[in-house]
Amino acid sequence: MDLVLLFVQGLNGLQFGVMLFLMAAGMTLVFGVMDLLNLAHGSLYMLGAYLAATLQVHTGSFPIALALAVPATVLIGMALEATLLCRLYDRDHLDHATMTFALILFFNELVRIIWGPQARFMGLPDQLSGHVEILPGVTYPVYRLLIIGVGLLVAGFLYWLIMRTRLGMLIRAGASNREMVNALGVNIKLLYTLLFGLGAALAGLAGMMAGPILSIEAGMGEPILILTLVVIVIGGIGSVRGAFLASLLVGVADTFGRVLLPPALASMVIYILMAAVLFWRPQGLFPSHG
Amino acid sequence: MADLRLLDARGCALLLLLSVLAAVPLYGDPFTTRFFTRIMIYAILALSLDLILGYGGMASLGHAAFLGIGAYTVGILARYGIQSAIIAWPLAMAASMLVALFIGVVSLRTSGTYFIMITLAFAQMLYYFFVSLKGFGGSDGMPLPVRNTLGGIMDLGRHATFYYVVLLTMLAALGLSHRIVHSRFGMVIGGIRENEQRMRSLGIATFRYKLTCFVIAAALAGLAGALIANQILYVSPALLHWTRSGEILIMVVLGGMRSLVGPMLGAMALLIAEEVLSSMTEHWMILLGPLMIVVVLSGRTGIYGLLTKGSRSHG
Repeated sequence: MDLVLLFVQGLNGLQFGVMLFLMAAGMTLVFGVMDLLNLAHGSLYMLGAYLAATLQVHTGSFPIALALAVPATVLIGMALEATLLCRLYDRDHLDHATMTFALILFFNELVRIIWGPQARFMGLPDQLSGHVEILPGVTYPVYRLLIIGVGLLVAGFLYWLIMRTRLGMLIRAGASNREMVNALGVNIKLLYTLLFGLGAALAGLAGMMAGPILSIEAGMGEPILILTLVVIVIGGIGSVRGAFLASLLVGVADTFGRVLLPPALASMVIYILMAAVLFWRPQGLFPSHG
Repeated sequence: MADLRLLDARGCALLLLLSVLAAVPLYGDPFTTRFFTRIMIYAILALSLDLILGYGGMASLGHAAFLGIGAYTVGILARYGIQSAIIAWPLAMAASMLVALFIGVVSLRTSGTYFIMITLAFAQMLYYFFVSLKGFGGSDGMPLPVRNTLGGIMDLGRHATFYYVVLLTMLAALGLSHRIVHSRFGMVIGGIRENEQRMRSLGIATFRYKLTCFVIAAALAGLAGALIANQILYVSPALLHWTRSGEILIMVVLGGMRSLVGPMLGAMALLIAEEVLSSMTEHWMILLGPLMIVVVLSGRTGIYGLLTKGSRSHG
C-alpha cells in the first residue's frame, strides 16, 4: 500500500510540477530574452482563470470556454506589453519590480470590481470529473491526468518551437545576445510582443486549468508566482529546459514534503531546496547563458 | 561637498515637518496621533530599506520579513511574560540580524533580478513558517495584552508617550543611518554599488561589506517590527506578506532613493495616499496602482528630488 501511496503522490507532484512549468516557461523566456522581470505574470494566470470561468457560465460549454480564454489572455498580455511594459526595457530591474507590483494591485482590484469579492468555482463536464483506474485498485482523477498530459504536450511543443523553428532560433539568439539580434535587423519589438504573448498564453492556460481544482479569487496569482520565481531561480534564468526540470523537482519535493514532514518544515522545503541550489550553483542548475 | 547654507528650501521644509511632527500629539485627536505613529514606524522601515537599496544597490523584495521577525520576537517574549522594552526591542533587532545573516549569506551570492526573486522567496518562506506556527496563532496571529514597559520611567500605553518614543527612535535611526552612509563603510558600500569588480580589485572583501549592510538594515527593520507590534498590539503573518515588502519598496522609490529622508517622506506620502483614497472608495487600489505606475515612469528622483530641485543636484 505504501508504494501505491508514493505513486499517487508522485502523480500529484507531477501535476503540480507541470502547472508550475507552464508559468515558469513563459516567465523565464520573457526574462531571458527581453530581460523583463514581470511580477504581473501571476495576474495573467488569474485573468485566464476568471475569463474561463465567466465564458463557461455564458456559453455553458467547457471546451468553448477553454478555447476562448487563452486567446483573450494573450490579447490582454500583448496590449499590456505594447502600452506599458515596453517602456521598461531601458530601465533597471528595480523599476520592473515596482511597476509590475503596481500592476498586480491594479489587476487584483479590477477583478474584485468586475467579479466581486467572493471566490468562484468552476465546474467540470461529466467526462472529466470522474476517476480512472490507473493501477489495479488504484484510481486517480481524470482531470489531473489531463493536466499532466497537457503540460507535457506543451513542453514538447515549446521544445519544437524553440529548437526547430525560425522564431525559436530568434528566441535563442535573443537569450544569448540581444543587442546582436537587434543589430542584425530583426524586428525586436515585434519579437518581444510575440514572446510576451506566448508567455501570456502559457500563464492563461495554467490559470484556466487551475480553475476547476482551485478557488478562483483575487490574488490567486501570487502564491504561484512566488513558486514560479523559485523554479526559475533553481532552473537558471532564461532556460526552458531548466524551468521544466526545476518545475518537476519543486512539484515533487513540495508534494512529498507535505506528506512526509511536519507542517512547519513542509512549507519551507522548496525554499530550503532553493537555498541549497543557490549555495552550490548561484546561476541555477541549467543556466542558458553566461 | 559641504553645504554652507544650513537652511536652504529643503532644510526649511524638513524643519517645518519636524515641528509639525512634534506637535501632533498636542493638537491632534487620538486617531491622528496613532496614524502618525504608524507613519513614523514605516518611515524607519523605508529608511532601513534605503540603506541596502539606495546606497547598497541591493533591491530586496523581502524586507517585510524583518518587520515580521521583530514583531513576532516582541509577541513571543510577551507570551512568556517578558514585557520590558529594554530587553524585548534589542532582542527583536538581534533576531532580525540573525535571520538576515542567513538570508544574506545565500542571497548576496547573486545580484540584480536574482536578488529580487530570492529575497522575495525567503520572505515567503518565513511567511509560511509563521502561518504554520500554530502555538503562536498560526495564520490568525496573536494579540499582545499590553504595550512593553520602559523600566517604569514612562507609560508606553499612553498614545502620546508612545508617539514621542517612536519619534525619538526615528530620529535616532536617521542620525545613525546618516553616520553610516557618510562613514568609510558607507563609501565602500557606495563604491560596491557603482562597481563591485573595481572595489574587489582594490582589495576590499565586498561580500562582507554587503552582508554587514544587509544585516544593519535588517536590525532597523526589526526595530520597526518591535514598534509596530506595540502600536497595533497584534502580530500576524500579514506583517510579512509580500505585498508589504512591495509597499516598502514603493515608499523608497516614491520618496527618492539614496537620500534617507526621501524614503521617509515616501512612507508618509504613501500611507496618507492610502488613507485618502480608501476614504473615497472601497476599491482604492484601482487608483493606487496606476498612481504608482506614473511615479515609476516619471523618473527616479521622487519626492525628495522635487524638494531639492533647483537648490542643488544630488546623487
